Amino acid sequence: MPSDVNKGVAPSSKPKFWNDPDKRAMLFQVLMVLTVLGFFAYIISNALYNLEKRGITTGFAFLDQSAGFEILLALLPYDATYSFGRTFLVGLLNTLLVSFLGVILATVIGFVMGIARLSQNWLVNKVATAYIEIFRNIPLLLQILFWYVAVLQPLPLPRASIEIGGAFLNNRGLYLPWPVFESGFSLVMIALAIAICAVVWLLRWNHKRQDATGERFPVLWTSLALLIGLPLLVYVLAGSPMSWDEPVLKGFNFKGGATIIPELMALLIALSVYTGTFIAEIVRSGILAVSHGQTEAAGALGLNKSKTLRLIVVPQSMRVIIPPLTSQYLNLIKNSSLATAIGYPDLVSVFMGTTLNQTGQAIEIIFMTMAVYLTINLIVSMLMNLYNKRMSLVER
Amino acid sequence: MIVNDTKLPDLPPPSSTSGIIGWLRINLFSTPFYSVLTLVVGYLLWSTLIPAFQWIFIDSDWVGDSRDACTSGGACWVFISVRMDQFIYGFYPETEYWRINILFVMLALLIGALIYEGTPKKGWIAAFALTAFPVISFFLLYGGSFGLEVVETHKWGGLSLTLVLALVGIVASLPIGIFLALGRRSNMTAVRSFCTVFIEMWRGVPLITILFMASVMLPLFVPEEIDFDKLLRALIGITLFQSAYMAEVIRGGLQAIPKGQYEAADALGLSYWKKMGLIVLPQALKIMIPGIVNTFIALFKDTSLVLIIGLFDLLAIVQAALSDPKWLGYSIEGYAFVAFVFWVFCFSMSRYSQYLERKLHTGHGAR
Repeated sequence: MPSDVNKGVAPSSKPKFWNDPDKRAMLFQVLMVLTVLGFFAYIISNALYNLEKRGITTGFAFLDQSAGFEILLALLPYDATYSFGRTFLVGLLNTLLVSFLGVILATVIGFVMGIARLSQNWLVNKVATAYIEIFRNIPLLLQILFWYVAVLQPLPLPRASIEIGGAFLNNRGLYLPWPVFESGFSLVMIALAIAICAVVWLLRWNHKRQDATGERFPVLWTSLALLIGLPLLVYVLAGSPMSWDEPVLKGFNFKGGATIIPELMALLIALSVYTGTFIAEIVRSGILAVSHGQTEAAGALGLNKSKTLRLIVVPQSMRVIIPPLTSQYLNLIKNSSLATAIGYPDLVSVFMGTTLNQTGQAIEIIFMTMAVYLTINLIVSMLMNLYNKRMSLVER
Repeated sequence: MIVNDTKLPDLPPPSSTSGIIGWLRINLFSTPFYSVLTLVVGYLLWSTLIPAFQWIFIDSDWVGDSRDACTSGGACWVFISVRMDQFIYGFYPETEYWRINILFVMLALLIGALIYEGTPKKGWIAAFALTAFPVISFFLLYGGSFGLEVVETHKWGGLSLTLVLALVGIVASLPIGIFLALGRRSNMTAVRSFCTVFIEMWRGVPLITILFMASVMLPLFVPEEIDFDKLLRALIGITLFQSAYMAEVIRGGLQAIPKGQYEAADALGLSYWKKMGLIVLPQALKIMIPGIVNTFIALFKDTSLVLIIGLFDLLAIVQAALSDPKWLGYSIEGYAFVAFVFWVFCFSMSRYSQYLERKLHTGHGAR
């Protein structure tokens, strides 16, 4: 109103409390917390009532009961008499096994294909592009089923196994010769440990010398020679204390050696091929992210091609590559839960599948399983943040 | 003194740098290492692609109505063509296929209108696609009103179910994602921590565990009179999962809006919701479209996971058809068909999102 303006009356110094943003925010938050708490109270009371009605006792006592089922692949001693707690551990270890192997394989595939995608060679470039565009756009579950049902199951029976240099491939899995270490082998391991220590020392010494004099020592070749040569020398001197346990066909199947079951193979191939496509794209964009001026500056300083790559391009692109790479690793770990579709005994399949069916303890089991994945996620992201802090550019 | 006052004709470039030979030299045989690589890769391709091509196209059988038609030793596409209806419509009653067909046509028209640049009133079309279209789809698919016969959800299947899962997932998760993203950037501690925990929790676990949770635990959480449909449970699980990912995409978009826009809106005295709804979100949503398309691709591939909780999406229905005793042994054909369908959808979407990224990338960054 114009009359108010003329009088110059200040608006009342205290706004109404619903117009005060701070108080309004407080009220809103209190309401939200109450709603969330009420929601949880509601579903928990429902759940308790429903569980009681179905005669399911809540709590973690079931973990001590005996499981009564076999597991296809166990890294710990396990049979049907062990407890459900043990099945949890066995499943967890199987998840970690396939994730670990998958991360390594996917990294190799991804880096090779990512570099091939930047290759000047037209054919290599196109093959890498085709690989990425095809396998990235097909659901992982389909790929897992394809490798398992369409490729590995139709393989011949053990009697007609395909032999690949001492290893045998059939529809029960891949049978590999496995090294057996004899008494003198500990000497070789000691030699390897000494070699590793020597390499660490060499790296530090080289760094100091470069800082002081600017000269570089050929660390790569000397450390490779140390790492391979020293253990090999001790191995020969100790009289070759290792033999191979070869798989032999006995009756209907192979005995001896190591076996990779087809479920693990299918899961591993599919996971690493699928994740490899994403890693390849990350590697490509990471290398492209290093500006051309850096390469030119290195050339102007007189560094040769391999030194430019090793000392200028790779360290800078790693800074771009590693954060998204970590999230791909996390995706791979989470995707390994698709194992349940083909019966590879991972955590989800063994614990959330079989154990849940047998005990009916849905809430406890699902929370335990989710907690495992959340913990892995949290640990990796924490490591990631530490790495980012160390690597981040110091900006002025 | 001899002076040449006419220009001599240009010599042609040396044959080693032009024409087919030049192309080969530059692209395939530039160094000895590359020559060897070309030969090895070329041999590998030759020895795998030719038999594969023969198996797929030349030695294959396309017409027939039983496996007796497959005699030539190549791929047996008869297996696919005989069951095509089932792969697309699931167990939907045959007399009602027209209902799904109408939806397919509407969907195609909507997508076409949204992609084509010259469409007028795009905003209204998008609003229709996100609000009215799902409602119409539900009434058409489920029936029960307007004289349509009710088709229970356990009869839904095949490609149409895959599309239902993916589209419901994206449409439902968009608004939830917006609220979560706004909440995560809020000044209110309780709101911020709730949204952060919600987002990180769903992003930290595999979709399978969420689907298991939705199918096993949801019935425990509600009073026993309420009976959740199996499909609805899967949809709830997918929506929760997807909204967390959507929230992160939207948060990225919100962060990309310059701070000056927020401050200008504050200076104009706009309230929080006006600031977000009229100034920030319209700008943010536009630059987020590529990100949303990318999460949609991931979701589209992830819908195949419902196989594990017993719904018959495209992959699951083909998987079930593989164990039909009349058609044993055609697993490669079955998987190849599903892979092809998924690939066509995902590849075209990823191309579209790359095109958008290029179109929106008007800055002066290195590219």
